[in-house]
Amino acid sequence: MRTGGDTGEDRTVDNSAVDIRGVTKRFGDVVAVDNIDLSIADGEFFAMLGPSGCGKTTTLRMIAGLEFPTEGSLRIFGTEVGTLPPNKRPVNTVFQNYALFPHMNVLDNVGFGLRMQGTGKADARRQAAELIELVQLTGMEQRKPSQLSGGQQQRVALARALVNRPKVLLLDEPLGALDLKLRQEMQTELKSLQRELGVSFVFVTHDQEEALTMSDRIAVMHDGELLQVGSAEELYERPVNRFVADFIGQTNLLDATVLDEDMIVLANGTRVMAPNPHPAGTKVAMSLRPEAIRLGPRGSVPAEHEATSLPGVVAAMTYLGHALVYRVNIDWLELEVRTETVGAQDRLQPGDEVTLWWDRTADWVVPDE
Amino acid sequence: MTLTHNRPIADTAVATPEFEAANERQKRRRGLLLALPAYAYLVLFFAVPLGIVIVYSFATRNRFGGTDLTGWNIDSYTALGDSLVRQVLLRSITLAVITTVLCLVIAYPLAYYMATRRESVRNLMLVFVMIPFWTNFLVRNYAWYVILGTDGPLSRVTETVGIGETRLLFTQSAVVLGLVYGFLPFMILPLYASIERIDGRLLEASRDLYASGFQSFRHVLLPLSMPGVVAGSILVFIPSLGAYVTPEILGGAKTTLLGSYIVTQFLTARNLPFGAALSAVLMVIMLTATIVYFRKGGRTL
Repeated sequence: MRTGGDTGEDRTVDNSAVDIRGVTKRFGDVVAVDNIDLSIADGEFFAMLGPSGCGKTTTLRMIAGLEFPTEGSLRIFGTEVGTLPPNKRPVNTVFQNYALFPHMNVLDNVGFGLRMQGTGKADARRQAAELIELVQLTGMEQRKPSQLSGGQQQRVALARALVNRPKVLLLDEPLGALDLKLRQEMQTELKSLQRELGVSFVFVTHDQEEALTMSDRIAVMHDGELLQVGSAEELYERPVNRFVADFIGQTNLLDATVLDEDMIVLANGTRVMAPNPHPAGTKVAMSLRPEAIRLGPRGSVPAEHEATSLPGVVAAMTYLGHALVYRVNIDWLELEVRTETVGAQDRLQPGDEVTLWWDRTADWVVPDE
Repeated sequence: MTLTHNRPIADTAVATPEFEAANERQKRRRGLLLALPAYAYLVLFFAVPLGIVIVYSFATRNRFGGTDLTGWNIDSYTALGDSLVRQVLLRSITLAVITTVLCLVIAYPLAYYMATRRESVRNLMLVFVMIPFWTNFLVRNYAWYVILGTDGPLSRVTETVGIGETRLLFTQSAVVLGLVYGFLPFMILPLYASIERIDGRLLEASRDLYASGFQSFRHVLLPLSMPGVVAGSILVFIPSLGAYVTPEILGGAKTTLLGSYIVTQFLTARNLPFGAALSAVLMVIMLTATIVYFRKGGRTL
């Protein structure tokens, strides 16, 4: 039942774990979150992605109840939670830098939520021990957080939240403080944990690779606005605007003007074929991924790609082992082109005159905002 | 040294225990010379007089109001069992405890409020807390004397309102009021310092984990601010127990406290050994309280 909307967001209300409608959050004069609509399904791994200060953490904190929306409606499993305090909501948070209680050992940290809800000490301990086992920290029960490594603290934070069997788990940049290798391990673990538990995870990150690899769906935010919600594939291949195209993955953005529904005119006057839905005369940008462009000596374009080609001059070449990255000058811009080394054509040298071409389906035209 | 001779010293730059030991000795001595003036000052004006007090407490008072440094005995300490002395001791401790608790109850919310403001407001409030120090302690106590007096502003206000005149001056309540007033900043500052250091996200985390506002205070804020509670309590309890100026001005004759009692022994009764013994007891109580509190605080840190 897709009813549209700028962000391509499904307007299903029933069955959503979190349902955000027209929510705005202002801090004084600053609009941190600007009238967003968002619906997160039960059991979904949902990422909120954007540069720092884009409003993603504020949105997460509103779901947690640590901030209250200035306007709008926020429902968790159908119940309006707008101004309910955090302890009255069926959600738990894994905080950035974990916020473990430094005066309690691992067992008491994990059992904290249960004891606050009135669970008996023995019962709380037993359940906490189960979760500690789940995150593979058995044997560490008596340690203080300061005696744990970053990765172990991360697991304690996870266990401390999950022991309460939240209906939604909120994670605020939980892997940000870990080194690369550990981060990749934890990504896999988090993902499998989420599948196992079947609980919605709402995951805030500024790391697009993390968002792309882990999530069912991703929301891209910028300056308090929700720009696009979709799967990794949708965001990468069909970004809604220049910001999303640029933010997700690497791309070359070529300024252009729409000629008609099939053609655009690039900034240097070259006409290229690019089917698009925009009216003639609209300023647009054509997004070309580095791996989607092919290149060869000037004039070597296959006939079927004649309409989607550009002349250029090689400016630099970098050898990456598995790939070659060329910087190619076209009249007003330097493009990045990535080719596989396997079965490669003759290598081109800086100064070589070349022609670039791409598949008709490889480019994507976004409004120039 | 036996270790060094067990293996030959090679001509390369291997570790040579003698040099290491010399280096360690040097490290231990570093700064000693610089600290010497402070050491000398403390020994001369603190340790030596303390020794004299303790020596005097075992001496004998002679008939002429002087002290004979012969015939050592523990009579002064036996005299502590006297019911009057016990009464003074108990009253002093009670008032010091009441003062400490009141300071804690008043200061904690204020310190929390201050610690959670933005920086400019915080600094301004800190200045306000310290403003009373700009006026002499004695003067401030006399100010209370005037305010609480039978014909003072407080009494006039209550009379005008119709509650009748207040008779606070020369009561234990007046002493507690004066002590709380005088020592409150010593409670606020360490509390503020320790609360300010606590990561606010820990409180958020506790609320997220189903703690109510009070539970969050009880299980997270209070334990984490314990160093401040301990430091503030010691800083208030100790001067309250030995207070002299405030009880003397606001307390009147009926509420003799330990400080005044000791002064009386030295100056009026001219019983130096007994005064010295009382002083020694006071110090032991303070020392015990300090050790107990630090141990307790140390465990929760």
